Amino acid sequence: MASQAKTNVVDPLIDNNPITLQVLGICSALAVTTNMMSSLIMCIALTTVTAFSGLFISAIRKHIPTNIRIIVQMTIIASLVIIVDQVLKAYAYEASKSLSVFVGLIITNCIVLGRAEAYAMKNPPMLSFLDGIGNGLGYSLILMAVAFFRELLGAGKLFGHQVIPVANEGGWYIPNGLMLLPPSAFFVIGLMIWAIRSWKKEQVEKPDYQIHQVHRTEVL
Amino acid sequence: MEHYLSLFIRAIFVENLALAFFLGMCTFLAVSKKIETALGLGIAVILVQVITVPANNLIYQYLLKDGALAWAGLPDVDLSFLGLISYIGVIAAMVQILEMAMDKYAPALYNALGIFLPLITVNCAILGGTLFMVERDYNLAESAVYGVGSGLGWAMAITAIAGIREKLKYSDVPDGLQGLGITFITAGLMALGFMSFSGIQL
Repeated sequence: MASQAKTNVVDPLIDNNPITLQVLGICSALAVTTNMMSSLIMCIALTTVTAFSGLFISAIRKHIPTNIRIIVQMTIIASLVIIVDQVLKAYAYEASKSLSVFVGLIITNCIVLGRAEAYAMKNPPMLSFLDGIGNGLGYSLILMAVAFFRELLGAGKLFGHQVIPVANEGGWYIPNGLMLLPPSAFFVIGLMIWAIRSWKKEQVEKPDYQIHQVHRTEVL
Repeated sequence: MEHYLSLFIRAIFVENLALAFFLGMCTFLAVSKKIETALGLGIAVILVQVITVPANNLIYQYLLKDGALAWAGLPDVDLSFLGLISYIGVIAAMVQILEMAMDKYAPALYNALGIFLPLITVNCAILGGTLFMVERDYNLAESAVYGVGSGLGWAMAITAIAGIREKLKYSDVPDGLQGLGITFITAGLMALGFMSFSGIQL
Protein backbone atom coordinates (compact mmCIF):
# COMPACT_ATOMS: atom_id res chain seq x y z
CA MET A 1 0.00 0.00 0.00
CA ALA A 2 2.66 2.48 1.04
CA SER A 3 4.96 1.51 -1.81
CA GLN A 4 2.04 1.63 -4.25
CA ALA A 5 1.24 5.13 -3.05
CA LYS A 6 4.83 6.20 -3.59
CA THR A 7 4.90 4.73 -7.09
CA ASN A 8 1.71 6.55 -7.94
CA VAL A 9 3.26 9.89 -7.10
CA VAL A 10 6.82 9.36 -8.35
CA ASP A 11 6.27 7.29 -11.47
CA PRO A 12 4.49 9.94 -13.59
CA LEU A 13 7.28 12.48 -13.00
CA ILE A 14 9.75 11.14 -15.59
CA ASP A 15 9.24 7.42 -16.20
CA ASN A 16 5.61 7.68 -17.22
CA ASN A 17 5.21 11.39 -17.77
CA PRO A 18 1.73 12.36 -19.02
CA ILE A 19 3.06 14.88 -21.54
CA THR A 20 6.24 13.40 -22.94
CA LEU A 21 5.24 9.74 -22.91
CA GLN A 22 1.48 9.37 -22.71
CA VAL A 23 0.83 12.37 -25.06
CA LEU A 24 -1.91 13.74 -22.84
CA GLY A 25 -2.79 17.30 -21.94
CA ILE A 26 -0.63 19.02 -24.50
CA CYS A 27 -2.95 21.85 -25.53
CA SER A 28 -2.58 23.86 -22.37
CA ALA A 29 1.07 22.90 -21.98
CA LEU A 30 1.79 24.87 -25.13
CA ALA A 31 -0.52 27.79 -24.71
CA VAL A 32 0.08 29.04 -21.18
CA THR A 33 3.84 28.71 -20.95
CA THR A 34 4.92 32.19 -22.05
CA ASN A 35 5.49 33.16 -18.43
CA MET A 36 6.07 31.20 -15.27
CA MET A 37 3.37 32.82 -13.17
CA SER A 38 0.46 31.79 -15.38
CA SER A 39 1.98 28.32 -15.82
CA LEU A 40 2.20 27.94 -12.06
CA ILE A 41 -1.45 28.85 -11.62
CA MET A 42 -2.41 26.48 -14.42
CA CYS A 43 -0.40 23.67 -12.79
CA ILE A 44 -2.03 24.17 -9.41
CA ALA A 45 -5.48 24.27 -11.02
CA LEU A 46 -4.87 21.13 -13.06
CA THR A 47 -3.30 19.15 -10.20
CA THR A 48 -6.23 20.03 -7.93
CA VAL A 49 -8.80 18.98 -10.51
CA THR A 50 -7.01 15.73 -11.41
CA ALA A 51 -6.52 14.70 -7.79
CA PHE A 52 -10.06 15.45 -6.64
CA SER A 53 -11.72 14.02 -9.74
CA GLY A 54 -9.74 10.83 -9.09
CA LEU A 55 -10.91 10.81 -5.49
CA PHE A 56 -14.61 11.40 -6.23
CA ILE A 57 -14.87 9.20 -9.31
CA SER A 58 -13.12 6.38 -7.52
CA ALA A 59 -15.41 6.78 -4.49
CA ILE A 60 -18.52 6.19 -6.60
CA ARG A 61 -16.92 3.90 -9.17
CA LYS A 62 -19.01 0.89 -8.15
CA HIS A 63 -22.27 2.81 -8.64
CA ILE A 64 -21.55 4.27 -12.08
CA PRO A 65 -23.30 2.34 -14.89
CA THR A 66 -20.71 1.59 -17.60
CA ASN A 67 -22.83 2.97 -20.45
CA ILE A 68 -23.00 6.48 -19.14
CA ARG A 69 -19.69 6.61 -17.29
CA ILE A 70 -18.18 9.27 -19.56
CA ILE A 71 -21.07 11.65 -18.88
CA VAL A 72 -20.83 11.02 -15.13
CA GLN A 73 -17.07 11.61 -15.17
CA MET A 74 -17.55 14.75 -17.26
CA THR A 75 -20.10 16.12 -14.81
CA ILE A 76 -17.78 15.61 -11.85
CA ILE A 77 -14.82 17.11 -13.70
CA ALA A 78 -16.84 20.05 -15.00
CA SER A 79 -18.11 20.84 -11.50
CA LEU A 80 -14.56 20.80 -10.12
CA VAL A 81 -13.36 23.06 -12.92
CA ILE A 82 -16.20 25.50 -12.25
CA ILE A 83 -15.11 25.67 -8.60
CA VAL A 84 -11.50 26.31 -9.59
CA ASP A 85 -12.59 28.91 -12.14
CA GLN A 86 -14.74 30.76 -9.60
CA VAL A 87 -11.98 30.69 -6.97
CA LEU A 88 -9.51 32.12 -9.49
CA LYS A 89 -11.96 34.84 -10.53
CA ALA A 90 -12.49 35.75 -6.88
CA TYR A 91 -8.89 35.75 -5.63
CA ALA A 92 -6.67 36.08 -8.71
CA TYR A 93 -8.74 38.00 -11.23
CA GLU A 94 -5.81 39.25 -13.32
CA ALA A 95 -4.37 35.75 -13.63
CA SER A 96 -7.70 34.25 -14.58
CA LYS A 97 -8.07 36.94 -17.28
CA SER A 98 -4.66 36.13 -18.74
CA LEU A 99 -5.40 32.40 -18.79
CA SER A 100 -8.66 33.21 -20.63
CA VAL A 101 -10.33 30.06 -21.90
CA PHE A 102 -7.62 27.69 -20.77
CA VAL A 103 -8.98 27.20 -17.25
CA GLY A 104 -12.27 26.06 -18.77
CA LEU A 105 -10.38 23.79 -21.09
CA ILE A 106 -9.11 21.75 -18.12
CA ILE A 107 -12.44 19.90 -18.55
CA THR A 108 -11.27 18.49 -21.85
CA ASN A 109 -7.68 18.11 -20.73
CA CYS A 110 -6.94 14.52 -21.59
CA ILE A 111 -4.91 13.99 -18.41
CA VAL A 112 -7.97 14.41 -16.20
CA LEU A 113 -10.30 12.14 -18.16
CA GLY A 114 -7.49 9.76 -19.06
CA ARG A 115 -6.56 9.15 -15.42
CA ALA A 116 -10.21 8.92 -14.39
CA GLU A 117 -10.84 6.29 -17.02
CA ALA A 118 -7.58 4.39 -16.73
CA TYR A 119 -6.95 4.50 -13.00
CA ALA A 120 -9.74 5.86 -10.81
CA MET A 121 -12.39 3.53 -12.25
CA LYS A 122 -10.44 0.51 -11.01
CA ASN A 123 -8.69 1.58 -7.82
CA PRO A 124 -9.60 2.78 -4.31
CA PRO A 125 -10.08 6.52 -3.62
CA MET A 126 -6.87 7.33 -1.73
CA LEU A 127 -4.64 5.71 -4.35
CA SER A 128 -6.55 7.47 -7.12
CA PHE A 129 -6.09 10.77 -5.31
CA LEU A 130 -2.33 10.18 -5.14
CA ASP A 131 -2.28 9.08 -8.77
CA GLY A 132 -3.97 12.37 -9.65
CA ILE A 133 -1.37 14.31 -7.63
CA GLY A 134 1.45 12.41 -9.31
CA ASN A 135 0.19 13.02 -12.83
CA GLY A 136 -0.55 16.64 -12.01
CA LEU A 137 3.03 17.02 -10.79
CA GLY A 138 4.42 15.31 -13.88
CA TYR A 139 2.46 17.77 -16.00
CA SER A 140 3.62 20.67 -13.81
CA LEU A 141 7.25 19.61 -14.11
CA ILE A 142 7.19 19.83 -17.90
CA LEU A 143 5.08 22.98 -17.90
CA MET A 144 7.36 24.82 -15.47
CA ALA A 145 10.47 23.72 -17.35
CA VAL A 146 9.06 24.94 -20.67
CA ALA A 147 7.91 28.21 -19.09
CA PHE A 148 11.35 28.65 -17.48
CA PHE A 149 13.14 28.53 -20.83
CA ARG A 150 10.54 30.55 -22.67
CA GLU A 151 10.37 33.37 -20.14
CA LEU A 152 14.12 33.44 -19.45
CA LEU A 153 15.22 33.41 -23.09
CA GLY A 154 12.26 35.36 -24.41
CA ALA A 155 12.15 38.24 -21.95
CA GLY A 156 15.09 37.72 -19.58
CA LYS A 157 12.65 37.38 -16.71
CA LEU A 158 11.58 34.75 -14.19
CA PHE A 159 8.18 35.13 -12.51
CA GLY A 160 8.11 38.65 -13.91
CA HIS A 161 11.40 39.71 -12.26
CA GLN A 162 14.23 40.82 -14.52
CA VAL A 163 17.03 38.25 -14.18
CA ILE A 164 19.13 39.01 -17.23
CA PRO A 165 19.49 42.70 -18.11
CA VAL A 166 18.04 43.09 -21.61
CA ALA A 167 19.60 45.23 -24.33
CA ASN A 168 16.96 47.92 -24.71
CA GLU A 169 17.20 48.68 -20.99
CA GLY A 170 20.99 49.02 -21.09
CA GLY A 171 21.87 45.38 -20.44
CA TRP A 172 23.74 42.93 -22.64
CA TYR A 173 21.10 40.34 -23.45
CA ILE A 174 19.13 40.67 -26.67
CA PRO A 175 15.88 38.81 -25.98
CA ASN A 176 14.94 36.09 -28.39
CA GLY A 177 11.44 37.14 -29.40
CA LEU A 178 10.78 33.77 -31.00
CA MET A 179 10.60 32.20 -27.54
CA LEU A 180 7.52 34.24 -26.71
CA LEU A 181 5.73 33.17 -29.88
CA PRO A 182 3.57 30.03 -29.92
CA PRO A 183 5.76 27.78 -32.15
CA SER A 184 8.69 27.86 -29.74
CA ALA A 185 6.68 25.81 -27.25
CA PHE A 186 6.67 22.96 -29.76
CA PHE A 187 10.42 23.19 -30.22
CA VAL A 188 11.12 23.34 -26.48
CA ILE A 189 8.92 20.31 -25.75
CA GLY A 190 10.33 18.43 -28.75
CA LEU A 191 13.87 19.00 -27.54
CA MET A 192 12.89 18.02 -23.99
CA ILE A 193 11.47 14.75 -25.27
CA TRP A 194 14.74 14.18 -27.08
CA ALA A 195 16.70 14.85 -23.90
CA ILE A 196 14.51 12.58 -21.74
CA ARG A 197 14.61 9.75 -24.26
CA SER A 198 18.35 9.97 -24.67
CA TRP A 199 18.56 9.50 -20.91
CA LYS A 200 15.82 6.84 -20.61
CA LYS A 201 16.44 4.67 -23.66
CA GLU A 202 13.44 2.41 -23.03
CA GLN A 203 11.07 5.27 -23.96
CA VAL A 204 12.36 5.46 -27.53
CA GLU A 205 9.66 4.61 -30.06
CA LYS A 206 10.25 2.08 -32.79
CA PRO A 207 10.22 3.59 -36.27
CA ASP A 208 7.31 2.53 -38.50
CA TYR A 209 9.59 1.90 -41.36
CA GLN A 210 13.07 0.61 -40.77
CA ILE A 211 15.64 2.19 -43.01
CA HIS A 212 18.19 -0.37 -44.13
CA GLN A 213 19.89 -1.48 -40.88
CA VAL A 214 23.55 -0.94 -41.79
CA HIS A 215 22.77 2.43 -43.34
CA ARG A 216 24.69 4.52 -40.82
CA THR A 217 27.84 2.46 -40.82
CA GLU A 218 27.82 2.45 -44.61
CA VAL A 219 27.87 6.22 -44.59
CA LEU A 220 30.76 6.15 -42.16
CA MET B 1 -21.60 40.15 -45.64
CA GLU B 2 -18.03 41.36 -45.70
CA HIS B 3 -17.92 41.12 -41.92
CA TYR B 4 -18.87 37.43 -42.01
CA LEU B 5 -16.42 36.68 -44.78
CA SER B 6 -13.55 38.21 -42.85
CA LEU B 7 -14.60 36.34 -39.71
CA PHE B 8 -14.61 33.13 -41.72
CA ILE B 9 -11.15 33.66 -43.19
CA ARG B 10 -9.82 34.73 -39.82
CA ALA B 11 -11.19 31.60 -38.13
CA ILE B 12 -9.55 29.34 -40.72
CA PHE B 13 -6.12 30.91 -41.10
CA VAL B 14 -5.23 33.71 -38.69
CA GLU B 15 -6.81 32.17 -35.61
CA ASN B 16 -6.37 28.54 -36.58
CA LEU B 17 -7.47 26.52 -33.55
CA ALA B 18 -4.74 23.91 -33.90
CA LEU B 19 -1.73 25.94 -34.93
CA ALA B 20 -2.35 29.33 -33.34
CA PHE B 21 -4.15 28.32 -30.13
CA PHE B 22 -2.95 24.71 -29.82
CA LEU B 23 -6.39 23.30 -29.22
CA GLY B 24 -7.14 19.65 -29.86
CA MET B 25 -3.43 18.93 -29.71
CA CYS B 26 -3.79 15.49 -28.13
CA THR B 27 -5.78 14.15 -31.06
CA PHE B 28 -3.78 16.32 -33.45
CA LEU B 29 -0.61 14.46 -32.48
CA ALA B 30 -2.11 11.05 -31.80
CA VAL B 31 -4.41 10.52 -34.81
CA SER B 32 -2.26 12.01 -37.56
CA LYS B 33 -0.30 9.05 -38.81
CA LYS B 34 -2.40 8.52 -41.94
CA ILE B 35 -4.06 11.06 -44.21
CA GLU B 36 -7.31 9.10 -44.49
CA THR B 37 -7.95 8.80 -40.78
CA ALA B 38 -6.89 12.41 -40.23
CA LEU B 39 -9.30 13.56 -42.92
CA GLY B 40 -12.11 11.49 -41.38
CA LEU B 41 -11.50 13.00 -37.98
CA GLY B 42 -11.29 16.46 -39.53
CA ILE B 43 -14.69 16.07 -41.16
CA ALA B 44 -16.18 14.82 -37.90
CA VAL B 45 -14.79 17.88 -36.11
CA ILE B 46 -16.27 20.23 -38.74
CA LEU B 47 -19.69 18.56 -38.36
CA VAL B 48 -19.69 18.74 -34.57
CA GLN B 49 -18.32 22.28 -34.53
CA VAL B 50 -21.00 23.49 -36.97
CA ILE B 51 -23.72 22.17 -34.67
CA THR B 52 -22.34 22.85 -31.19
CA VAL B 53 -21.08 26.43 -31.53
CA PRO B 54 -24.47 27.87 -32.60
CA ALA B 55 -26.31 25.58 -30.14
CA ASN B 56 -24.15 26.77 -27.28
CA ASN B 57 -24.58 30.32 -28.52
CA LEU B 58 -28.35 30.00 -28.12
CA ILE B 59 -27.92 28.59 -24.62
CA TYR B 60 -25.55 31.39 -23.69
CA GLN B 61 -27.67 34.19 -25.18
CA TYR B 62 -31.04 33.04 -23.87
CA LEU B 63 -30.31 31.19 -20.63
CA LEU B 64 -26.93 31.86 -19.07
CA LYS B 65 -25.81 35.40 -19.86
CA ASP B 66 -26.25 38.12 -17.26
CA GLY B 67 -29.86 39.27 -17.63
CA ALA B 68 -30.60 36.70 -20.32
CA LEU B 69 -33.53 35.30 -18.40
CA ALA B 70 -35.43 38.59 -18.72
CA TRP B 71 -37.88 36.84 -21.08
CA ALA B 72 -38.85 34.56 -18.19
CA GLY B 73 -39.38 37.49 -15.86
CA LEU B 74 -36.04 37.07 -14.06
CA PRO B 75 -33.89 40.02 -15.23
CA ASP B 76 -31.48 39.88 -12.26
CA VAL B 77 -30.37 36.29 -12.65
CA ASP B 78 -26.83 35.61 -13.86
CA LEU B 79 -26.21 31.95 -14.54
CA SER B 80 -22.93 32.35 -16.42
CA PHE B 81 -21.11 30.25 -13.79
CA LEU B 82 -23.04 27.26 -15.10
CA GLY B 83 -21.50 27.82 -18.52
CA LEU B 84 -18.79 25.18 -18.55
CA ILE B 85 -20.99 22.33 -17.40
CA SER B 86 -23.79 23.25 -19.84
CA TYR B 87 -21.46 23.53 -22.82
CA ILE B 88 -19.79 20.19 -22.22
CA GLY B 89 -23.21 18.63 -21.67
CA VAL B 90 -24.43 20.03 -24.99
CA ILE B 91 -21.29 18.82 -26.75
CA ALA B 92 -21.57 15.31 -25.31
CA ALA B 93 -25.27 15.13 -26.17
CA MET B 94 -24.77 16.51 -29.69
CA VAL B 95 -22.02 14.01 -30.41
CA GLN B 96 -24.28 11.21 -29.23
CA ILE B 97 -27.21 12.43 -31.35
CA LEU B 98 -25.01 12.94 -34.39
CA GLU B 99 -23.71 9.43 -33.96
CA MET B 100 -27.19 7.95 -33.84
CA ALA B 101 -28.49 10.07 -36.74
CA MET B 102 -25.54 9.11 -38.91
CA ASP B 103 -25.95 5.46 -38.04
CA LYS B 104 -29.54 5.65 -39.32
CA TYR B 105 -29.29 7.95 -42.33
CA ALA B 106 -25.68 7.80 -43.51
CA PRO B 107 -24.30 4.39 -42.59
CA ALA B 108 -21.35 4.70 -44.96
CA LEU B 109 -20.20 7.92 -43.37
CA TYR B 110 -20.91 6.45 -39.94
CA ASN B 111 -18.66 3.48 -40.61
CA ALA B 112 -15.92 5.75 -41.83
CA LEU B 113 -16.10 8.14 -38.86
CA GLY B 114 -17.46 5.72 -36.25
CA ILE B 115 -14.51 5.42 -33.94
CA PHE B 116 -13.67 9.12 -34.02
CA LEU B 117 -16.99 10.52 -32.93
CA PRO B 118 -16.77 9.60 -29.24
CA LEU B 119 -13.22 10.97 -29.16
CA ILE B 120 -14.53 14.35 -30.21
CA THR B 121 -16.34 14.95 -26.92
CA VAL B 122 -12.99 15.38 -25.26
CA ASN B 123 -11.36 17.29 -28.10
CA CYS B 124 -10.38 20.68 -26.72
CA ALA B 125 -10.92 22.28 -30.12
CA ILE B 126 -14.68 21.81 -29.78
CA LEU B 127 -14.99 23.21 -26.26
CA GLY B 128 -12.38 25.84 -27.14
CA GLY B 129 -14.45 27.02 -30.10
CA THR B 130 -17.45 27.44 -27.82
CA LEU B 131 -15.47 29.24 -25.14
CA PHE B 132 -13.97 31.67 -27.67
CA MET B 133 -17.47 32.30 -29.01
CA VAL B 134 -18.62 33.19 -25.48
CA GLU B 135 -15.56 35.29 -24.71
CA ARG B 136 -15.99 37.32 -27.92
CA ASP B 137 -19.77 37.53 -27.49
CA TYR B 138 -20.70 36.47 -31.04
CA ASN B 139 -24.33 36.56 -32.13
CA LEU B 140 -26.03 33.54 -33.68
CA ALA B 141 -25.00 34.23 -37.30
CA GLU B 142 -21.43 35.04 -36.35
CA SER B 143 -21.17 31.92 -34.23
CA ALA B 144 -22.40 29.75 -37.11
CA VAL B 145 -19.75 31.24 -39.39
CA TYR B 146 -17.11 30.88 -36.69
CA GLY B 147 -18.12 27.23 -36.15
CA VAL B 148 -17.66 26.36 -39.82
CA GLY B 149 -14.43 28.33 -40.14
CA SER B 150 -12.74 27.02 -37.02
CA GLY B 151 -13.74 23.44 -37.86
CA LEU B 152 -12.36 23.78 -41.38
CA GLY B 153 -9.12 25.28 -40.09
CA TRP B 154 -8.60 22.42 -37.67
CA ALA B 155 -9.41 19.78 -40.29
CA MET B 156 -6.97 21.40 -42.69
CA ALA B 157 -4.20 21.49 -40.10
CA ILE B 158 -4.55 17.82 -39.11
CA THR B 159 -4.69 16.68 -42.74
CA ALA B 160 -1.58 18.70 -43.53
CA ILE B 161 0.43 17.27 -40.65
CA ALA B 162 -0.72 13.74 -41.53
CA GLY B 163 0.62 14.30 -45.03
CA ILE B 164 3.96 15.42 -43.67
CA ARG B 165 4.13 12.48 -41.26
CA GLU B 166 3.44 9.97 -44.00
CA LYS B 167 6.51 11.19 -45.82
CA LEU B 168 8.46 11.57 -42.61
CA LYS B 169 8.44 7.90 -41.76
CA TYR B 170 10.94 7.26 -44.55
CA SER B 171 13.48 9.68 -43.15
CA ASP B 172 16.30 8.91 -40.78
CA VAL B 173 15.30 10.53 -37.50
CA PRO B 174 17.66 10.40 -34.47
CA ASP B 175 16.56 7.70 -32.01
CA GLY B 176 15.43 9.98 -29.19
CA LEU B 177 13.35 12.13 -31.52
CA GLN B 178 11.64 9.18 -33.17
CA GLY B 179 7.84 9.42 -33.17
CA LEU B 180 6.55 12.03 -30.76
CA GLY B 181 9.62 14.27 -30.69
CA ILE B 182 9.89 14.86 -34.40
CA THR B 183 6.13 15.38 -34.60
CA PHE B 184 6.41 18.21 -32.11
CA ILE B 185 9.18 19.86 -34.12
CA THR B 186 7.18 19.45 -37.35
CA ALA B 187 4.09 20.96 -35.74
CA GLY B 188 6.25 23.84 -34.52
CA LEU B 189 7.49 24.52 -38.04
CA MET B 190 3.92 24.41 -39.32
CA ALA B 191 2.85 26.86 -36.64
CA LEU B 192 5.68 29.16 -37.75
CA GLY B 193 4.31 28.93 -41.29
CA PHE B 194 0.83 29.80 -40.10
CA MET B 195 2.17 32.82 -38.25
CA SER B 196 2.72 34.47 -41.60
CA PHE B 197 -1.06 34.90 -41.74
CA SER B 198 -1.09 36.81 -38.47
CA GLY B 199 -0.14 40.11 -40.07
CA ILE B 200 -3.27 40.09 -42.23
CA GLN B 201 -5.81 42.67 -41.14
CA LEU B 202 -9.36 41.76 -42.08
